[in-house]
Amino acid sequence: MTSTGTTAGEHPLSAPRRRPRRSLRGEWLLDVVMRSIVPVLLALVAGGVLLAALGRNPFTFYGSIWTGGISAGAWQDSAIRMAPFLLIAAGLTLIFRANIWNLGYNGQFLLAAALVSGYAPKLVNDVPLWLAFAVLFLLAGAVGAVWTVVPSVLKAKYGTNEIITTLMMSFIGIDVASILIKGPFHDPSTPLPQTAVVPLDKMLPSIPGTRIHIGLLVAFGAVLVVHWLLTRTSWGLRLQVMGANPRAARHFGIDLPRLIIVSFAASGFLVGLAACADIMGLWGYIRTGWNPAYGDTIIPFVFLARLNALAVVPFVAFFSVLSTGGDLAAQQANLPTDFLLVLVGLILLFMTVIEYLGRQRELGASYVPAGLREAFRLRRRTA
Amino acid sequence: MHTQAESNPPIVELVGITKTFPGVLANDHIDLTLRGGAVHCLLGENGAGKSTLIGILCGLIRPDEGTIRIDGVEAAISSPRRALEHGIGTVHQHSTLIPALTVLENLMLGDTRRVRLDEAGARARLRDLATQLGIEIEPDTKAVDLALGHQQQVEIIKALWRGSRVLILDEPTSMLTPQGVAELAKVLARLKERGQAVIFITHKLHEALTLGDEVSVLRQGRVVGRIDGERMRSSSHDELRAEIVRMMFVEDPATVADVAELREDIIETAPRRVGREAEVVLELRGLTAPGEGTERGIDGVSLELRQGEILGVAGMDGNGQRVLAEAIAGQRRATHGDVLLFGSSVVRLRVSGRQKLGLRYVTDDRLGEGIVGILPVGLNLFLKRVGEAPFWRHGRIQRAVVEGRAAELVHEYDVRTPFISTRISTLSGGNIQKILLARELSWEPQVVVFHKPTYGLDVKTTATVRDLIRKIAADGGAALVISTDLDELVEISERIAVLSRGELVGVVDNGPGAAERVGELMVGSSGLEAA
Repeated sequence: MTSTGTTAGEHPLSAPRRRPRRSLRGEWLLDVVMRSIVPVLLALVAGGVLLAALGRNPFTFYGSIWTGGISAGAWQDSAIRMAPFLLIAAGLTLIFRANIWNLGYNGQFLLAAALVSGYAPKLVNDVPLWLAFAVLFLLAGAVGAVWTVVPSVLKAKYGTNEIITTLMMSFIGIDVASILIKGPFHDPSTPLPQTAVVPLDKMLPSIPGTRIHIGLLVAFGAVLVVHWLLTRTSWGLRLQVMGANPRAARHFGIDLPRLIIVSFAASGFLVGLAACADIMGLWGYIRTGWNPAYGDTIIPFVFLARLNALAVVPFVAFFSVLSTGGDLAAQQANLPTDFLLVLVGLILLFMTVIEYLGRQRELGASYVPAGLREAFRLRRRTA
Repeated sequence: MHTQAESNPPIVELVGITKTFPGVLANDHIDLTLRGGAVHCLLGENGAGKSTLIGILCGLIRPDEGTIRIDGVEAAISSPRRALEHGIGTVHQHSTLIPALTVLENLMLGDTRRVRLDEAGARARLRDLATQLGIEIEPDTKAVDLALGHQQQVEIIKALWRGSRVLILDEPTSMLTPQGVAELAKVLARLKERGQAVIFITHKLHEALTLGDEVSVLRQGRVVGRIDGERMRSSSHDELRAEIVRMMFVEDPATVADVAELREDIIETAPRRVGREAEVVLELRGLTAPGEGTERGIDGVSLELRQGEILGVAGMDGNGQRVLAEAIAGQRRATHGDVLLFGSSVVRLRVSGRQKLGLRYVTDDRLGEGIVGILPVGLNLFLKRVGEAPFWRHGRIQRAVVEGRAAELVHEYDVRTPFISTRISTLSGGNIQKILLARELSWEPQVVVFHKPTYGLDVKTTATVRDLIRKIAADGGAALVISTDLDELVEISERIAVLSRGELVGVVDNGPGAAERVGELMVGSSGLEAA
């Protein structure tokens, strides 16, 4: 058989390739709807019932979410919230695909945020702004990446469970950030434990014609790059092989330790970028005790998106609208803003229910990889 | 004896047993009658429905349709416990003994009727059963210290412990040496004298002919043929063989001619073609590597593989085969010793480095490490070359090249897959093995390590695989075939090395009587040296 004798087009096995794809597409669509959209809808319905039980009109409540989150330019506020969410989601998608559970995102995020807040006020005055932003983004990414080194090397060398080590490093990171804010980065002009505030005109510039800072573009760029890496490159394939079957990866001659360390660092890097985008785009400073724990709220959406970097975008957009508009809606309905967390909790609940039914009825593949169930079980025990 | 057996009343009768699994009709209206004092052979390829039928008999699987009659009375075998109560005992293919317990303790595990263990009674019962079967078993030996043949004897006693009248033996010879098979035949004869009904599952034709009183041939869930005791005795082996082969492969008699094992009674032994002067392509010098968990390591293994040669490595499962294969392939670090490829040491190179020098490893753990189930057939074919040209350029996958080449390989290696975009996990074991072979052999193989290359494959695929191995040697490569199937090694290799307890205890030149010598080495002490 010569390579010219049989080209891909002639071969009976490759010729009808498109046909099965199309027939599968229907199934795929059903799968997406069942596993990703339905839990969200059910959560909204159940949340509505809950609101009605509390004596609030659910339609008014959801109406205010719409007004507060989308209409009349409110969508721009929602979009601003998306930037750190998307970057963290990209970082988690990447590492979860490798079946590695980087649960230390809070520590990585806060430590990067503390360093950015600490250096930014001086840096934006000393060097050209574009250079300052570049340095700050890289610094934040590097800090996030460095904070994964201990767990990743331990895992690569000794197979230590990264769930525990990343959580521990997360606690340490949060406390170190706090020490930095109270110590070297403390703004002497205030008794409050916080850093100096970056002047408004030295923050990340807006996308022309909007109030949305360019951190969102960085976030979209990161999502695209991660998606491209995972689907088009040999590195992404190696990562996926390692995630799907580490023994096979060893058999295929993939350098597992290196891949673990690099992918861990990449994940931390993206989490670090999220911190820089949030500090330099929105807050301008950091104080102790501030821990938005974006990662915790974003994890369910990463799984709803079935670890697909592009699919996570609509979910993150949805949640951003929900949280932006929800602040207003909760205020008007005289509810604590924590009610939004109830909605997120309901989404998780219905995800679990559909996951269970899915396994009973074989509704396509699970969105919770085997390693994750383990992860959450462990998580609850350590937390 | 035989004539008696046929007049015996049936102990178990299966009538119209049907079982469907999603998408598979595993058993299709199967009728089977088991009488005391006879060995009923169930012969069939993998996937013919043997395991399902056994599962139904021993209470693990419930049939969708059909009736089971025990002593002429309709009965349901709803659980393994019920099966035991009906007097149906099973010896599974893999040992179910608890290694840390003694023989006696293992046997007493089945006695759950009393709170207190009756050790004296158990000892007497063991002596009694052992005498009846003509075997000797030391009751206080730990199960882990028993040879595989003896483990199987204990399993048989365990199955008979509670007075079973029907004994199911699931592929009992797959782990045995030729000597072990001969001993099993003796035990079977004693069982028949006891009036025991035995159902003997195998996919080896010659075993069915020598050990069975009756033969049922299963294909695609149906009984496609049956030879009763009368015919078994009155016809010659050759006639019976021809008839069974026709039953098993009726759809395609032409292919039968290609299957060497079915053509010849005596397995041809490969003549020695490679002289001592041929270049040594792979050399192991005192290779030592630790095992992991329950896996046995290897200790000081030295051997030479010459160009054009097929060298077999025989041994019972669990004697260090996997560690040996992985240490050669570079998947496992050696603690001592050296691996030389074409005369230069590669012990410092990892898997990909050794691959580049032409070393290939066809793993035995096809599903566990050979494939990534969620990826399509096409990608799986090139998973050992991720990132390499022409399939990847600058780190980017070249879809057209991958799919084009995959289509060629699927055609060349006759992989039955609906599409190259099909998830590989949906394919059968034989097709997956063809994909692994295509992956390793399509890419300038020089030295190929095969680990159990035909394990679990049907006869036709087995023949294809063996032809591929021969072709490598004929084309100037070399093959190291690690296998627990001694018949296979006798058929294809020129020399057979024997691995026992992680050490290489001898190398036998293939030829008449080689199997017996290998068998002796397998069970003999490690001090025994062969020529």
